[in-house]
Amino acid sequence: MALTVTTPDSDSGRATTAPHAVRFDSVSKSFGRAAARQRAVEEVDLTVRPGEFVTLIGASGCGKSTLLNLVAGLDEPTSGTIDVPGGRPALMFQEHALFPWLTAGRNIELALKLRGVPKKERRPEAERLLELVRLGGTHGKRVHELSGGMRQRVALARALAQDSQLLLMDEPFAALDAITRDVLHEELTRVWQETGLSVLFVTHNVREAVRLAQRVVLLSSRPGRVVREWEIDIPQPRRIEDSAVSALSVEITDHLRQEIRRHVQH
Amino acid sequence: MSSTDADTARGTEGPGRGSGPSGGADRERSDLADLEAGLDALETRPAPDRPPVGRILLDKVVPPLAAIVLVLTVWQIVHLSGVKPDYLLPGPLDVWGAVEQMWVQGTLLEYIWTSVSRGISGFAIAIALGTPLGLLIARVKVVRAAIGPIVTGLQSLPSIAWVPAAIIWFGLTNGTIYAVILLGAVPSIANGIVAGVDQIPPIHLRAGRTLGATGLTGVRHILLPAALPGYLAGLKQGWAFSWRSLMAAELIVNAPALGTGLGQLMENYRTMQNMSGVLAAILLILLVGVAIDLLFFSPLERRVLRSRGLLGRSG
Repeated sequence: MALTVTTPDSDSGRATTAPHAVRFDSVSKSFGRAAARQRAVEEVDLTVRPGEFVTLIGASGCGKSTLLNLVAGLDEPTSGTIDVPGGRPALMFQEHALFPWLTAGRNIELALKLRGVPKKERRPEAERLLELVRLGGTHGKRVHELSGGMRQRVALARALAQDSQLLLMDEPFAALDAITRDVLHEELTRVWQETGLSVLFVTHNVREAVRLAQRVVLLSSRPGRVVREWEIDIPQPRRIEDSAVSALSVEITDHLRQEIRRHVQH
Repeated sequence: MSSTDADTARGTEGPGRGSGPSGGADRERSDLADLEAGLDALETRPAPDRPPVGRILLDKVVPPLAAIVLVLTVWQIVHLSGVKPDYLLPGPLDVWGAVEQMWVQGTLLEYIWTSVSRGISGFAIAIALGTPLGLLIARVKVVRAAIGPIVTGLQSLPSIAWVPAAIIWFGLTNGTIYAVILLGAVPSIANGIVAGVDQIPPIHLRAGRTLGATGLTGVRHILLPAALPGYLAGLKQGWAFSWRSLMAAELIVNAPALGTGLGQLMENYRTMQNMSGVLAAILLILLVGVAIDLLFFSPLERRVLRSRGLLGRSG
């Protein structure tokens, strides 16, 4: 696992080193024993290109979180392979998951420390990452002193501190109010463009998916399979209110509803 | 920060980004920054002011003082009414006299220190044994299944029940006293850390693992700090158990070579039928217990909880 310390400004060359940021090859995952076996995801083939922003969308039971756990290495697939050439990916959750016993800055420094960054470089690097998410000056703030949106930005900064090529996001904005979420969409788009990261973003929110991604992947439920993909060429910066975003959202929602209707019990 | 460099670098692959004039992009960017700063300002509430000292005195100090004065007054009235003869129910002033006498003789601090130093070293050993034991029970399933219930059960066994067995093993020595302290305090400290670990939100453990904190690194950077509030509660209770067990042991294990602690002092007064002395010893035992809690454990616990935003008033 090669974790090199590179600044986001110098890593434009990184995109060309690997052909993909993550690749799923007919990945299946089941839970439970023989009789009551639950297939969470089945035969998923999916490739995220370096620097690409992909959202996974689907109804409950589509195994989105299972997929992210598999990529993050928190779980093993039952069959198939997942290739993550960039090493351990960074992961952001719906809950900010910041450690309340540390200040905002120390949370980031812990991530740096665990990555092996020398002690005297940690503080300035943490300050730089806080600046990147526009929270300069909050290094010494306790987590509970920050608003929900600020916590998620610190969480984003901590995820970036892992200096992974791949950022996994598990409905990171679902618990925020609409105004804050809207601002964080813009913020995430900006950070993604500045850092050249690959992002695999899971959400229930079709508009959010279309607002953010270069590609939207629709998953079926129980088990989760890739049903359809949409390449999105609406230019950034987009807004969630854009008519093009709305039109595509309607189309994707129709497909999503069709998938849900298949689960009617006769 | 050379964000424009990054922009142009991305322009080749990000759709439609490089086309607009850079002035427009800059303005958008500063609009977003202002928007964010505005939101942050709106959503951050200023820390509430610390209440003035007079207010704290009135809320926190006056009620307990009033309660103590009330108890002493009732005691004095009952004493003066002569329900019981003086040698059975001395008044507050008689008890104060007994304390004063020890002070004048210069033995008061010696008695207290004999007990407190025993209590502290016993408690320290209990921490050293109880902490790893608790971690093992919390993290290793087999260990938890095997000894978890026993350790919990031991907590409800009065530590004085160990005294006869300890005397048979160790005789009238400090060994007996320490054995009784440990059997009283270790289970409660171990249970504290088990409770602390069990209360950790699973998301913190997951976040720790994604950051690469596994094995001992995970214990050091995630598990222990996350379990700290529960652990502190366990320590606080462990100290109370240590102190109680110590007094139980001192009452019974009385030998000249061991010196005189508060428990032994009380037993000595009993043999002399000195009720004022017995009551004075009880008050001293209570006072030391309360003082250590007020001066050490409570401030520590409040500090930890406040820094995590777990107390009503933040700051």
